Amino acid sequence: MAMLDSSADLPLQATHLFRRKRMMTFAALAAIVAYLAYTFFAFDIPGLWQRANADNAKTLIADTYSYKTHVTMNNRNGEIVVAIEGDRKARYGAEQEPEWVTRGGENTEIDLGDGHLITFSPELITYDVPDFGLMTFEVSRSQGVIQTYPVDADQLPDWINASKNRVSVKTDAGRLSVTRNRSEVFRYFNGWELFFFALDSPYYGKSAGEVVALAFQGEAGAIFHDFWHNPLWRHGAVAWAIFETILMAFLGTLGAAIIALPLAFMAARNFAPFYAVRFAVRRLFDFVRGVDALIWTIILTRAFGLGPLTGALAILITDSGTFGKIFSEALENVDGKQIEGVQSTGAKPLQRYRFGVLPQITPVLISQILYFLESNTRSATVIGAITGGGIGLMLVQAIITQKDWEEVSYYIVLIILMVMFMDWFSGWLRKRLIQGK
Amino acid sequence: MADLATTKLHADAVTDDYIAQVSRKRLYSGLMLLLFVVLMVSGFQVASTRNGGSFWGGIDNFFDYPGEVVSEAWANLHALPGFMLKYIPALLETFNIAALSTLLGAAVAIVLSLLSTRGLARFPKLIPVFRRIMDASRAIPEIVVALVLIFIMGGGPVPAMIAIAIHTAGALGKLFSEVNENADLKPIDGLASVGASWSQRMLLGVVPQVAPNWLSYALLRLEINIRASAILGFVGAGGLGYELKNAISWGPGRFDEAAAMFIILFLTIMVVDQTSSYFRDRLVHGAAGRA
Repeated sequence: MAMLDSSADLPLQATHLFRRKRMMTFAALAAIVAYLAYTFFAFDIPGLWQRANADNAKTLIADTYSYKTHVTMNNRNGEIVVAIEGDRKARYGAEQEPEWVTRGGENTEIDLGDGHLITFSPELITYDVPDFGLMTFEVSRSQGVIQTYPVDADQLPDWINASKNRVSVKTDAGRLSVTRNRSEVFRYFNGWELFFFALDSPYYGKSAGEVVALAFQGEAGAIFHDFWHNPLWRHGAVAWAIFETILMAFLGTLGAAIIALPLAFMAARNFAPFYAVRFAVRRLFDFVRGVDALIWTIILTRAFGLGPLTGALAILITDSGTFGKIFSEALENVDGKQIEGVQSTGAKPLQRYRFGVLPQITPVLISQILYFLESNTRSATVIGAITGGGIGLMLVQAIITQKDWEEVSYYIVLIILMVMFMDWFSGWLRKRLIQGK
Repeated sequence: MADLATTKLHADAVTDDYIAQVSRKRLYSGLMLLLFVVLMVSGFQVASTRNGGSFWGGIDNFFDYPGEVVSEAWANLHALPGFMLKYIPALLETFNIAALSTLLGAAVAIVLSLLSTRGLARFPKLIPVFRRIMDASRAIPEIVVALVLIFIMGGGPVPAMIAIAIHTAGALGKLFSEVNENADLKPIDGLASVGASWSQRMLLGVVPQVAPNWLSYALLRLEINIRASAILGFVGAGGLGYELKNAISWGPGRFDEAAAMFIILFLTIMVVDQTSSYFRDRLVHGAAGRA
């Protein structure tokens, strides 16, 4: 409140104050708008729409709920392979092939459903699209892909993309692409393929009931082994990566607390009588916090190599500064009377700290440590992506290869579940430890 | 006399009981401590075996890299100010990512927090929905959103900005709604009695009460977001983190430039921390010169 003297021009002063306040508000708003305008151009938002790739977004979304099976013919030797996502590890064996692929001597028929029929025979591929007609593609070494369509070549619909050496046909039922070297059909299915068992596992294709029944017949170990070592989804490795991420957060947070507690005593006004010590320790905390986690991560990676230990140490060092600051503030707020009371019974300094001080700051300690444990689980995901440990690394690798987006969505779901679990767990533990059950 | 005897007996029983309880408590505490130590030690060992280099092997090298950086920077001291200037635009981008995401995140957080505070909410039945929205946006790690958006939008500051803004909206929304809960409802009733709409009640009745605390939390968030923005740059979102990654990871590394970047990042974080803590102090405790 500015000073208002009780003279006659009080209304005038009030109007003046109001006007100033209104000016301030508008100035703040104008500053925010100006800053938004500046960042709009600094971040090149207008150019963003050109750079943004809608196809990538579509692939990403489609892959989260569907997968495709590839039928590939090598045009040089006529060999045909059926594999999920074209993955070598998910190739169908001879007897296992899906019933929509029918092999005859020379010709292989691929039924995409809804009347869409494709045939593969050496050097000739046909695709019959209902309401459109039969297309044929002849692969010739010298002339590229020779194409015939039921319409004139210059009136092709936009779902056919043709050039001399390659053709791509996209319909609702699937997709066919023909180049000189190979012909490939994609058929899309909903769900995550082979999530539980790979194709070469004896349990592939069995219903949940059958698998449970087999488990009770003493095959539980083998079933679990096939699931855990699924070569496509690598459940065992993923579980281990999540454990590693939580381990990094746990070691980093608690290690930081263990280091910070004694140092906090040296930084608290009521426990460290020497100003120089207090000043030095506090600047140490500031330095450790100020040198960002990113810089610590880089330095530690150079010293300790890639891995979870490096991530844990990066969290440990950064957080010991933060903890030191929080703990020393808590220590400055402790009640001196309790310490005197303990001292009056003849307690030595260590006992005074143990029975006079620690019980007072324990609630602050526990709640801060648990809060950081939860938030560090998230940091450990990011740091893991840099130091090469845990689920963060797997996520980054899956995104960089740009192949299996269903794996990316799987990891994202797992990371969110992990963070939510840690959130719930730390809340539960806090309640039990502070309020006593 | 019988009374006294029973009282004494009773007191003995109480003492015994108390001592038994204390020793049981000590036993439990001891076991917990032991479990904790075992967990820490074995955890470190597991992490160490999974690591590229071991802890004891690395501890000797701990100062090697900072040493190399410092010595190379020292040898090239005259070039250091030039390098610092060279990376100011990248630093500005890192800062802008943090500032804009704090601004946008806080704006969303204000709306979410008002909609999810009991007594203030526009649609009281939807309070749990808005709370869950805040929880969800807090739970998603920034790197997940950033990497997915980088895939769709291409590299650059915008994916990182959006990722941090989403997290900020959730984190600040929770803190803001805690502040809102302590707001006095009388001004709102007063405004309602003269026919003010919901947005007018919030703007004129609630915001003046809570704005200082909101601002204080938003400033604290800005400090956190600068760090997050630097880290996200390292995984491809532009700004100083990205330059830093290029400087240290190509071939032998350009350590003198890395040193320049370390210094300006450190200075920025210090300046923002100090400025924000000064303003937060003023906002919460009032200006020193105020009458």
